Amino acid sequence: MLENAIYGGRRYWAWIFFLLSLIGAGFIAYIYQFQNGLGVTGMSRDVSWGLYIGQFTFLVGVAASGVMVVLPYYLHNYKKFGRLTILGEFLAIAAVVMCMLFIFVDMGQPLRVLNVILHPTPNSVMFFDMAVLSGYLLLNLLIGWTVLGAERKEVGPPKWVKPLIYLSIAWAPSIHTVTAFLYAGLPGRHFWLSAIMAARFLASAFAAGPALLILLALIVRKYTKFDPGKEAIQSLGKIVTYCMLLNVFFLGLEFFTAFYSQIPGHMHSFVYLYTGLHGHSQLVPIMWVSSILAAVAVFMLVFPQIRKNESLLAIACIATFFSLWIDKGFGLVVGGFVPNPFEKITEYWPTLPETIITVAVWAIGFLVLTVLYKIAISVKEEVVFDKYGERQIKAE
Amino acid sequence: MSIDRREFLKLAGISTILGMGGASAVHGLRSRVEASQIMPNPEALKAKRWAMVVDMSKFKTAEDYQRCIDACHHAHNVPNVTDNLKHEVKWIWEETYEHAFPGTEDEYLAEEIKELPFLILCNHCDNPPCVRVCPTKATFKRKSDGIVMMDMHRCIGCRFCMAACPYGARSFNYKNPRPFLDPEKENPEFPTRTKGVVEKCTFCYERLAKGQMPACVEASRGALIFGDIEDPNSEVRKVLGSRYSFRRKPELGTRPSVYYIF
Ligand code: SF4
Ligand code: SF4
Repeated sequence: MLENAIYGGRRYWAWIFFLLSLIGAGFIAYIYQFQNGLGVTGMSRDVSWGLYIGQFTFLVGVAASGVMVVLPYYLHNYKKFGRLTILGEFLAIAAVVMCMLFIFVDMGQPLRVLNVILHPTPNSVMFFDMAVLSGYLLLNLLIGWTVLGAERKEVGPPKWVKPLIYLSIAWAPSIHTVTAFLYAGLPGRHFWLSAIMAARFLASAFAAGPALLILLALIVRKYTKFDPGKEAIQSLGKIVTYCMLLNVFFLGLEFFTAFYSQIPGHMHSFVYLYTGLHGHSQLVPIMWVSSILAAVAVFMLVFPQIRKNESLLAIACIATFFSLWIDKGFGLVVGGFVPNPFEKITEYWPTLPETIITVAVWAIGFLVLTVLYKIAISVKEEVVFDKYGERQIKAE
Repeated sequence: MSIDRREFLKLAGISTILGMGGASAVHGLRSRVEASQIMPNPEALKAKRWAMVVDMSKFKTAEDYQRCIDACHHAHNVPNVTDNLKHEVKWIWEETYEHAFPGTEDEYLAEEIKELPFLILCNHCDNPPCVRVCPTKATFKRKSDGIVMMDMHRCIGCRFCMAACPYGARSFNYKNPRPFLDPEKENPEFPTRTKGVVEKCTFCYERLAKGQMPACVEASRGALIFGDIEDPNSEVRKVLGSRYSFRRKPELGTRPSVYYIF
């Protein structure tokens, strides 16, 4: 099947080369960081994690959200998602690859990365995170590839993948729960020390991931002969709606606990993020952009009339995705470090090299995604040629 | 000189390889390895759990603080990163009362107390969150005496420990620290670090092994009291048993081993 990746039109190769040039720039920036140390980023003694770890956190969610198409299809026999599962699984693979790269570029001593395996430390959440992420990557590779291969031969998938699929369904929430535990168990970081952290992570992940999947599905339909299906996209839209509402609800719970209890430590980070604290307010504008996008998304999603219009749904998905990307990929991490343990404030903003590296990691993710989608779609185009996929749905 | 576990393994490894060649070489090495294992420096100071009491009544002038800080930072080749305070490395430093003990001040607190500098260092917590989170055991609590140690050759620079320490005790080498050392004052007996690793106070384990008190304690003229908190006859216990003492953020359950008295 791999050969499908190298037969592509002009547009395909232009896109690939565009991504490669971003990756090249990022590579140069990374060499610079590698030689000079993490001091080339905006991180500091006080804000010791920044954009990299934020992106990692956000993308674990995207990876986990693949389960939102796999679960209905395999556990509830929801056939409409049949054409989306492979897109979900391959999105998960690309997301996990980005997660691992973000961890890698964040390390002060990247050449020692194997120490995590050489000195396994089960009491460290980071060790578990690495274990569950690698496992999830393997599961998705194995399942995605086998099922797609079977489809190409127009036979049912082999029996042994079923148990693996069930395992991956149970596995998906675990990767994001463990990621939440990186934060939620640290004494003295009040902003993160919240029992609802994992639940909030899952809700935001299951909104942002499917929102991205909808956008990808719309792009796939526009540029290829493969149609993931109108109804499937609408069902995903419902998933985005409910999870986005849950996410907003959970955030509201955090606000209530902090501000009704009036415990200063619990309020400080929120105050810093949304109004600024002691004259420091660098993050306030982007946090408000996130909130406004969230409000727009919720408004557009809750009305079925709006949601049913695919172009409006796409706008709602873009709003959802970027709102959560700011909130989780940036605010959540930085907010936890401000104020610092001495109740002093050091602000954080990514530097240019840091931004270029971040963009490059995303570009690598999109490259992986493009190649995988290209393969999947070539297979699908061969097997199911009709635009609205009736043949496949009927056949099943 | 004592040999730590890792050095021991290295020597043992070399001796195994040599074992294929000559048995006598193995023998010589092995006896050295074993000797250093069973014969630590007889002068070494030992404790079940080391602890420190900072007697604030003895800190009168700015010089009293600076002496302790300089003693430590010189002894451990702590880089003096002043060009960008975001990248500062420090093992022991001053922090005013309201920042060292946030949440305990009130609006009527006397200005002298609010602004009173306290000496701050790693608390060598009995239940250290930094150790709990480290994915490589590069930071670990020594079983023999409770010191929270750093292995800067194993640290991968993930900075999880910095997020986990509620006392801001850890510094990360955001850049190569060596250009920030004063070659005149460098201590050749203590290793310098590379970029990309975390460091912090280690209660001068290297001095204790030679029978010396920690550098800051030695320089403090009695303002820092250091000893075995599990020994009822130690000086720290006597002070703690007779005067009012307090610790930083005790409510977090980390059980700091650094106490403050007024
Ligand atoms: S003060 Fe911080 S670095 Fe030191 S032992 Fe306690 S948690 Fe660890
Ligand atoms: S930065 Fe080093 S010492 Fe700290 S948790 Fe990571 S590996 Fe351990």
